[in-house]
Amino acid sequence: MAKNPNDSVLHLAGIRKSYGSGALESEILHGLDLHLQRGEFAALIGPSGSGKSTLLNLIGLLDRPSGGELRIDGEDTGRLDDTGLTRLRGQRIGFVFQHHHLIPAFTAEENVAMPLLIARGRPDAAMFERAGHLLDQVGLNDRKQHLANQLSGGQQQRVAIARALVMNPSLVLADEPTGNLDTHSADEVFKLLREVNRQQNTTFLIVTHDPRLAARCDRIVELVDGRIVADRAHAPA
Amino acid sequence: MQSLLIVVGVGVGVAVIVFMSALLSGLQANLIKRTLSSQAHITLLPPEEIARPQQSTGETALRLQKQAQRLRAIDQWQTLRDRLETWPEIAAVSPIAAGPAFAVRGDANKAVTVLGIEPEHYNRVVALADRLTAGQLRVGAGETVIGIELAKDLGAEVGDKLRLTAADGRSDTLTVTGLFDLGNKGVNARNVYVGLRTAQSLLDLVGGVSSIDLALHDLDLAEKVARRIAAETGLTADSWIKTNAQFVTALTSQRVSSNVIRFFIALSVAFGIASVLVVSVIQRGKEIGILRAMGATQAQMRRIFLLQGGIVGFFGSLLGSALAWCFLMLWQLLARNPDGTPMFVIGVEPGLVAIAAAGASLVGILSALLPARRAAKLDPVVAIRG
Repeated sequence: MAKNPNDSVLHLAGIRKSYGSGALESEILHGLDLHLQRGEFAALIGPSGSGKSTLLNLIGLLDRPSGGELRIDGEDTGRLDDTGLTRLRGQRIGFVFQHHHLIPAFTAEENVAMPLLIARGRPDAAMFERAGHLLDQVGLNDRKQHLANQLSGGQQQRVAIARALVMNPSLVLADEPTGNLDTHSADEVFKLLREVNRQQNTTFLIVTHDPRLAARCDRIVELVDGRIVADRAHAPA
Repeated sequence: MQSLLIVVGVGVGVAVIVFMSALLSGLQANLIKRTLSSQAHITLLPPEEIARPQQSTGETALRLQKQAQRLRAIDQWQTLRDRLETWPEIAAVSPIAAGPAFAVRGDANKAVTVLGIEPEHYNRVVALADRLTAGQLRVGAGETVIGIELAKDLGAEVGDKLRLTAADGRSDTLTVTGLFDLGNKGVNARNVYVGLRTAQSLLDLVGGVSSIDLALHDLDLAEKVARRIAAETGLTADSWIKTNAQFVTALTSQRVSSNVIRFFIALSVAFGIASVLVVSVIQRGKEIGILRAMGATQAQMRRIFLLQGGIVGFFGSLLGSALAWCFLMLWQLLARNPDGTPMFVIGVEPGLVAIAAAGASLVGILSALLPARRAAKLDPVVAIRG
C-alpha cells in the first residue's frame, strides 16, 4: 500500500482529539494513522463510545483534531480557516447520514441539487440536469418532482446518496447509512453504494454497527477505545 | 404555517400603524382646515402702542399704566401690500379695515365686528364665496354679507336692510346681499363684511386699513414668515400657530402620543418576528447542520435567516396595507356627517405604504439579526447528531 500522502484520498497521521481542558480534559482518539486510496470501500466498526463518530466528524472536517495531520486529496487541512474547510468539505466530501436529513419542503431533485446551489450561489439548468441524472442512477427517475417527505425511507436514503455524489466528491462518508431501514431497503441501498464505488472509483468510508454489512466491504478498520485495533483487507462474500 | 402566522401578525401590526397614521393625518388636516377656514394664516397689525415714561422731568414714574390700544391704520399699507405680494411664500394679501359697531334692525341691536374687505383678495385668504348659504359675495357701496347667526338674530334675509352704527355715532344703512356659514357660531354671529371703503368711512379710517391678512402656500412656514415680516416692517405679525397655540399644542401632543404607540407596535412586531425565527432556527437545526455539511458557509446561513426576516416583514407590510385600506374604507362608510358626506377624506397614500413596507422589512431584518447569528454559529456536529 502506497504511503505517499499525496496519493491518498485520506491521510491521517497521529490524529488526536480531546475534549475539555485542564483536569477535565479527556482524550477520545489517541494518535490514529489511517490511509484510504482512491476507490477503496472500507468499513469502520467498533463498539459504542469507541470514537467512531468523533473520527468521522474530523474526517468530514466538521470538527478539528487536537493534534496530528489530516490531509484530504493531499491537502493539509491544518492550515485552513473555517471558510477553507467549508469549501474543501463541500467539494471533496459527500455525506450520507443514518437519517437522510433531506429538506422536506423541497423536491427530490432540488435536494440533490442543493450542494451545487450552495457552491454556485444561484440555480441554473445544468445543476438540475445533473441532479436528475443522479436520481436516474439511484433508480428514482419517476420520483424527481416528489417532495422529500412523500418518499419512503429507502427512497429518501437514495436521494441522500445522490445528493452526496452530486459534487463528484473524492470521499463519501456514510454514517450508519442503512441503520434506519428494513432489511430489503438496506440491501438495496448498500448495493447502490457498492455500484457507485465500482463505476466511479469513489472512495467510501462506512461507519456501521452491523457486522454483516461490514463483511461486505473490501476493508475493515476496527476502532476500540480511541485506537485502531485491527485493519484488515477483506474479500467480500 | 408558522411563517403564515407571523406574516399575519406583522400584517395586523402594520395595518394598525398605517390605519392610525392615515386616520391621524386625515383628522389633523381636517381640523387645521376647519380652524383656518375663518382665519388668515398670518394677520398683520399696527405695532402696539407702549407708554413711555417722560425722561425730561427728572422724576421717576412709580407706575406705568398700559396704554389702551386705539384703532389705528397701518402706515403705507399699499406699498407694504405690493411688496408682500412679491414674496414667493405668500399666496394672497388681503387688506382689511375692521372695527366694532352695532347692527340694528327694527328692535334688534347686536354688537358686531365690521370687516371692510376687497372680496377678490379676501376670498383667497378665507374662502367666503364657497361658504355662502344664500345670495352672493357682493360688497359694493351700501351692500353687506352677514353670518347666518346674525341674520337669525336680526331676522334678516337676503335683500333686507340693516343699519350699522359705529361707536362715535357714524352710521350707514346697508342691504344684505349674502349669508355665510363659516362653521363657527361666534364668527357667524359677529362678522359683518362690507366693502373696504364703506368700512373706512364708518370706522373713521379714511384711506387706511387696520390689518392685513395673509394666506401662505405652506401652512407650516407661518411662524417663520411672520417673524420675518415683523422684523422687516416693525408691524405685529401673528401667525395662526401663535394665535391657536393651544390647538397647535394639542395637535403636537396627539402626534407624539401616536408616535409612541407606533413605536411600541413596531417593537412588539419585531419581537414577534425574532421569536418565530429563533424557534425556526431550533426546529431546523438539523437542516442547518446538513447545509453546513454540504459546504454552506456561516455567512450563507446568516443571509438565509436575514432574508427570511426581511421577507416576512415585507409581505406582512403588504398584507397590513391592504388591511388598513379595508379599515379605512369601512371607516369612511361609517363615519359620515349628518348629510351623508364623509366626515373627512382619508386615504392610504402610496408613500405611506412604501414607508411601511421598507420599515417592516428593515424591522424584519433587524429582528432576524440574533436568530441568524445563532444559526450561523450552530455547530453542525451537534445539529446533525442532536
